[in-house]
Amino acid sequence: MDFNFTEEQGMLRDSLAKMIRDQYDFESRRKVVASAEGWRKDMWMQFAELGLMMAPFSEEDGGLGGGPIDAMVVMEEFGKGLVVEPYVPSVVCGGGFIKRGTDAQKEEYLTGIMSGETIFAFAYAEPRGRYNLADLETTAKKDGEGFVINGHKAVVIGAPWATHLIVTARTSGDRRDKNGVTVFVVEKSAPGISTRDYPTVDGRRASEVYFENVAVGAEAVIGEVDNGLPLIELVSDEAIAALCAEACGAMKVAHEMTVEYSRQRKQFGTPIGKFQVLQHRMVDMFMEYEQSVSMTYMATLKLGDDEVTRKKAASAAKVRIGQGGRFVGQQSIQIHGGMGMTDELAVGHYFKRLTMIDSEFGNVDHHLKRYTELSAADVPAAAE
Amino acid sequence: MNLEFTPEEIEFRKEVRAFIEENYPKELVGTGTREDLSREQFLAWHKILGKKGWSVPAWPEKYGGTGWTSTQKYIWGEENARMDAIMPLPFGVSMVGPVIYTFGNEEQKAKHLPGIRSGDVWWCQGYSEPGAGSDLASVKTTAVRDGDHYVINGQKTWTTLAQHADWGFFLCRTDPNAKAQEGISFILVDMKTPGIEVRPIKLIDGTHEVNETWLTDVRVPVENLVGEENKGWTYAKFLLAHERSGIAGVARSKRGIERLRDIATQETVDGTPLIETPEFARKISQLEIDLTALEFTELRTLASEAAGKGPGPESSILKVKGTEVQQRLTELTLEAVNHYGAPYAYGMEATGNGAGIGPDYADFAAETYFNMRKTSIYGGSNEIQRNIITKMILGL
Repeated sequence: MDFNFTEEQGMLRDSLAKMIRDQYDFESRRKVVASAEGWRKDMWMQFAELGLMMAPFSEEDGGLGGGPIDAMVVMEEFGKGLVVEPYVPSVVCGGGFIKRGTDAQKEEYLTGIMSGETIFAFAYAEPRGRYNLADLETTAKKDGEGFVINGHKAVVIGAPWATHLIVTARTSGDRRDKNGVTVFVVEKSAPGISTRDYPTVDGRRASEVYFENVAVGAEAVIGEVDNGLPLIELVSDEAIAALCAEACGAMKVAHEMTVEYSRQRKQFGTPIGKFQVLQHRMVDMFMEYEQSVSMTYMATLKLGDDEVTRKKAASAAKVRIGQGGRFVGQQSIQIHGGMGMTDELAVGHYFKRLTMIDSEFGNVDHHLKRYTELSAADVPAAAE
Repeated sequence: MNLEFTPEEIEFRKEVRAFIEENYPKELVGTGTREDLSREQFLAWHKILGKKGWSVPAWPEKYGGTGWTSTQKYIWGEENARMDAIMPLPFGVSMVGPVIYTFGNEEQKAKHLPGIRSGDVWWCQGYSEPGAGSDLASVKTTAVRDGDHYVINGQKTWTTLAQHADWGFFLCRTDPNAKAQEGISFILVDMKTPGIEVRPIKLIDGTHEVNETWLTDVRVPVENLVGEENKGWTYAKFLLAHERSGIAGVARSKRGIERLRDIATQETVDGTPLIETPEFARKISQLEIDLTALEFTELRTLASEAAGKGPGPESSILKVKGTEVQQRLTELTLEAVNHYGAPYAYGMEATGNGAGIGPDYADFAAETYFNMRKTSIYGGSNEIQRNIITKMILGL
């Protein structure tokens, strides 16, 4: 057993942390979030130059030979800096699908993902599908060699900045069947795709994406036709691990800010950090953070295990991070008092990001249920 | 003890329901849960109630109160919540009004009470300061006597909706040498007086609800002092106890649960309405049970108030439990709307992008959840309320 990071991972963390410290301070972020674009392409390209996008890919794919732990390192730092640029949508999700695609697909997209020029968004959610990845009303009908996609994808994070989309659609079966789901890669500028772009409450951008008779060729299919769900679940679990890492970074900073504030803020002639009721609460926040880190490591390390082990680990982590993130976020505001409610202080923005992470790729209830169902199905193995 | 409504009370409910349905401004229906209302929207219902004589039900009759029993007032609250009515703001009606009719002189009553009743005069609260939040008695804003005026200097913060205010009530230090609580005075200030600057504070949900209020050599006539000089802390505490008792928000939370049920009926999980999933159904049940406990605690408090006891430290229970229910309600609402909590409704309006991404009921779900975190902070934080109960009830 080894919980140490490699030297390369340590260097990656240090240089990324420095870049964020120097160029992604809270005031700079505020300006970017309020701007028309909502992100900084130049920052994104700097991240690419630093090797962030290459880090998790294998050397044979042209990457640096890292893996999910490298993505975890990146996302922890992104969480600390509340970075809005779309690493999870483009590198973890987009890259996650493409690297499991055909040689031609890898050839076409991987270099662009790693250089930062090609930017993906993952269009998986639907207006009525909630967190069920197979609950799809978007359809892709066979048309000669290719397919024609119709449907509406909801809250596609990072889509306004994307050049390409990964789209999940139903190619056969009924609305919620596990079979009959297929993954497609499409250019966002393809005829028939329209978007409605908007800011999100936690400072990012998203789109409603509408597909109207969008024709794609057979080469747009990633993985197997009709059997895309296992791949979608795998990439979603990788995204969950990355989001958990982001949440850990955000929790760490929110907690540190709160402890520091409790040192500075005096009431009744004494720093409020001297009040035991607040001390214990900040200790509880700290324990939530530490356990969240543990669960994030656990889930990340188990991404390569068998399907049930991987899924249970990802669900378990997402549950703890959902709960821990809520507690840390809420108490950060409470202990900051009125100041925590202001847009001016960074702490409220950490709270908002921590809140919204719960609704990406399944919330606490969804993953508690998934964990429970997997455990029930897994009884014989557990009894061994 | 008896939980039944009398025939008179049932009749009363019919009467107020009919009045509300007939008179509540149609254009305001459905806006009651928003935070970004205009001055006119905030005051519209207040003014109608003022004309009807129902804007200050809790006041003594001789000052314009309705003389309703506590049960009638409870019914009144419920019926308004049914409409999500935008109620008269508390700053005049529940805060400075009772201070003026309890501690003010006849001139002050004659001058200020009519405007509070009618909704023509908007009041704001100058209590907190950057250095005086939970420790309110440490206010530093000074009022120095100069002939027949006080000259006020200092900075107040969290002055809610002061951007609309005509008048404010301010806690100022009039005796710098006295102990913290002694030496504070309660002074009424015309917000148009030179030297007052109201600066907006943007909150995490994107709204402009509170302000910083800077006072520089603000000259206020001495007749604006309420009660005795240096006795302001007594009035301030009286006011805070009143503020707390209104803070439970039972009727509004009941309406919020109805709305949540409605959302959870429309949202589906794998084809099953969210409200029929055991996880979510239990959460709503738990919330309803918590709300029932709060409601009956409030009813007991109201009954003892009706028996002549003013709001005491028990009102701290209502503040803590009431705000916990309100916060949980917004938390579950956000959870119910899942992905569609993310679109930033205020941001969209600001960028001219239109509102209404996803179902209508998802608009403002996240924003309201963020905003309601204030409730366990304002009006004396929930930690302070527990301190009050510790000291005043447990005697520790």
